Amino acid sequence: MKKLMTTTAAALALTAGMAAAEGKLVVYHWFEYIPQEVLDKFREQHDVEVVMDTYDSNEALLASLKAGAIGTYDVAVPGDYMVQIMAGEGLLDTIKDGELANKGNILPQWADPSFDPGRAHSIPYQWGSTSFAVNRDVFDGDINTTDILFNPPADLSGKINMLDSQGEVMAMAALHMGIPQCSTDRDQLKALNDMLQEAKVHWASFNSDTAKEVLVSGDAAVGQIYDGFAAKAREEGANTEYAFPTQGYIVWMDNVVLLKDAPNRDNALKFMDFLLEPENIAAVTNYARYVSGVDGVAPFLDPALATQPESNPPATAGEGVFIQVCDQATQEVYDQIWTNLKK
Amino acid sequence: MAGGAATGGSSTSDTYAEARTWLLLPAWVTLGILVLAPVTMMLIYSFLTKEFRGGVIWEFSLSAYDQFFFDRGLFGDDPPRIEWTYIQIFWRSIWQAGAATLLSLVIGFPTAYFIATRAPAQRTFWLFLVTIPYWVNLLIRTVSMKFLLRDQGPLNEALLGIGIISEPLSIVNTNVAVQLGLFYSYLPFMVLPIYAAVERYNFTLSEAAADLYASRWTVLRRILLPSVKPGIIAGCILVFVPSMGSFLAPDLLGGAKNFMIGSLIEEQFKGNAGNWPFGAAASMILLTLVLIILLIFARQQSKAES
Amino acid sequence: MSASRYDLRVYPGFRAITILCLVILYAPLLVVTIYSFNASPSITNWEGVSLRWYADVFTGPESGKFKLAARNSFVIAIIAASVATCIATLSATAILRAGKYKLRMLSFGLISLPLMVPEIVTAVATLIFFNAIGFDRGLLTILLAHIAFCIPFAYLPIAARMQGIEATYEQAAMDLYATRRQAFTRILLPLMAPGIVSGFLLAFIVSLDDFIITNFVKGAGIETLPTAIFGAVKQGIKPNIMAISTMLLGVSVVMVTLSWLISRKDKTK
Repeated sequence: MKKLMTTTAAALALTAGMAAAEGKLVVYHWFEYIPQEVLDKFREQHDVEVVMDTYDSNEALLASLKAGAIGTYDVAVPGDYMVQIMAGEGLLDTIKDGELANKGNILPQWADPSFDPGRAHSIPYQWGSTSFAVNRDVFDGDINTTDILFNPPADLSGKINMLDSQGEVMAMAALHMGIPQCSTDRDQLKALNDMLQEAKVHWASFNSDTAKEVLVSGDAAVGQIYDGFAAKAREEGANTEYAFPTQGYIVWMDNVVLLKDAPNRDNALKFMDFLLEPENIAAVTNYARYVSGVDGVAPFLDPALATQPESNPPATAGEGVFIQVCDQATQEVYDQIWTNLKK
Repeated sequence: MAGGAATGGSSTSDTYAEARTWLLLPAWVTLGILVLAPVTMMLIYSFLTKEFRGGVIWEFSLSAYDQFFFDRGLFGDDPPRIEWTYIQIFWRSIWQAGAATLLSLVIGFPTAYFIATRAPAQRTFWLFLVTIPYWVNLLIRTVSMKFLLRDQGPLNEALLGIGIISEPLSIVNTNVAVQLGLFYSYLPFMVLPIYAAVERYNFTLSEAAADLYASRWTVLRRILLPSVKPGIIAGCILVFVPSMGSFLAPDLLGGAKNFMIGSLIEEQFKGNAGNWPFGAAASMILLTLVLIILLIFARQQSKAES
Repeated sequence: MSASRYDLRVYPGFRAITILCLVILYAPLLVVTIYSFNASPSITNWEGVSLRWYADVFTGPESGKFKLAARNSFVIAIIAASVATCIATLSATAILRAGKYKLRMLSFGLISLPLMVPEIVTAVATLIFFNAIGFDRGLLTILLAHIAFCIPFAYLPIAARMQGIEATYEQAAMDLYATRRQAFTRILLPLMAPGIVSGFLLAFIVSLDDFIITNFVKGAGIETLPTAIFGAVKQGIKPNIMAISTMLLGVSVVMVTLSWLISRKDKTK
């Protein structure tokens, strides 16, 4: 036993004591969302050792930071609404004017987003949309309507998989009903509650982890899904088509944020500048198959990405909207509706 | 006593009475610091005011428990009525966990018995055989299980092929799938404790009974089962209790259309809701409930013994 | 009485149920193995045999991460299960063989506590607690948390076993002038072996498979296999995870075969 302890203690020490570089940068990131080459390139250019930790959802990121992990990380990559929430919680540091040399590379439409006015805390990382994909072998009618999810034709009833995520389901439902995402109108909220109760009858499951797999295997004929996943499902042989409903669809954007009390603030800014260079962020795009928010990436992109139907909404598509952040009183009603839906 | 259920007072001796402080010290230090302290903190949290989007405000409040037991309508201003939502969720979880435990027992006991009656040198091999699948990640195992059970999956095709059924069985996204998921998640936790008990069983007892013309099944019921009861109880606790709070396998297989306790609590800490006091309160209610169930179980057992 | 009409140890149907049990346990793994050789990036559509996912595991961009994660997982599982089993054995002795006393039931309650509290609660609470006492998160925090929640899984089989062992054995030894320590190490422990092995194996698989608590208490840059796998799934389940799982299975099957061969050899001696 004692011997075992000493050998393993040595093993632990070995893992902990990695080669030391000049500086250090601690990134809190999604898993497999940045290619290793990009990290290596940054390390070589700036002689900064990059340490990565990963989380599996925006909410897990928030919970972990709020439980006391803030102060150990330099940058994180939250989604749009989470940037706003984190800023509201005081978890983000402000990027001062002139601190980012490449800030001008941000495309104009992403330079002043509603979730982070003036890009005070963040830079764009990747963006895409959330809508749903339909199996064309099962249904060949018009799919560009949210009725497919909430009031489906008989062919699709009972074959629908929804994302197991309150934000995505509620935002899509709001688009379907044509009401604001953070409605305070009691009649609208009651109608929303009733509509979801009726729609649930048509749904087979709530699942995010295997959202793509159920489409590829044919277990679900309709699946609420991210654009990148829909593209992968298609490439894996499913005869699915990604819908852009006329009522609108959800747009999401992941952003690199500067965390409060970052232990290596200078390196964090260097890293953000690095990711604003078209060549570097294009490498991320080629890897993750989404879209960047930086100007001048076109020459570095995989040509297949440009024609991908999931990234090119047709003219009939409704407006793309971000998931909105509601105030506490409103959010509590939405939480109640969600609980009613899943009780 | 809750303890009696798993430890069965009857075999207590006082051989090591003098050393008991030292024997218990490691457990108290480890669990006291790493479990009791955090759980006490959660108990305190359940009586605090929630902070929007996670966290607590240090002001005493009963609103977490109020939310659990009273329904005040969609907008929180109706006169309070009894809230059935969460009670329903708890009942569903108890029921599913109970079914999974029963299923594990029906499959697990014969397996454990079979292993314990192998030649001594082979037993460890069999134990490994039962636990090796669990070296593979739960998520991967569950996804594969789902693949097997799907409507056009191998199981249905095989059953259709040999003509047992004429229509594919719809298992995925049903309660049965939830129970299968729980059963599959915890099967070795039933087999191993029972094995440890049966391995010790003295077969001369069976022989003596058989000599008195007891049938094989009477021997099983009247002699074998009572003498390996501690193992069976340990196995049932190890399957039932974690099943109550589990969510990954039931959600993946069952479709997550209805909350289990585990997913409800998870949602309070990681979901949009971010209501830590409510999550803490639900956990404390779960803890109390499990303790009560174990207590009833133990009381009946000690009644049966005396 | 060897003259019984039938072998009392054998119950008809038990063998069949055991086989059924193994089929249930291994059928999903067969799927895992088959799809690890799939040429397509899908885990549900078969497109022919290929070794690309195995190549991906060794040379792909994430290979280093997965290797490190696998090592962390095993190191942690072995230490955590060993320590938890030791603590559980000592506690079982104190609870079952040290007379009746006030703390006895309370101690049992404490030991089963990690079972009864949903993991997410332990996870959040432990993280807050580590931060409150200023404990830096890293491999050590994962290890400590794992030891704690593995204890009940080791304890229950061990306790179940200990109840089947009559105290008379040790008392007889002590009547023959064995010390209490000798009675424990020479009599009780050997009799306890199957319980201890069971407890260790359960603790080991519990530690190896833990995601929720690990995810919260791990330090920056440290992954275990479950956190790496759950993270990877965010980008879709790829067969490279199937390949990793299959190799893990392969390693364990080799180990088991070896142990079986060794035990056979012992028997023939």
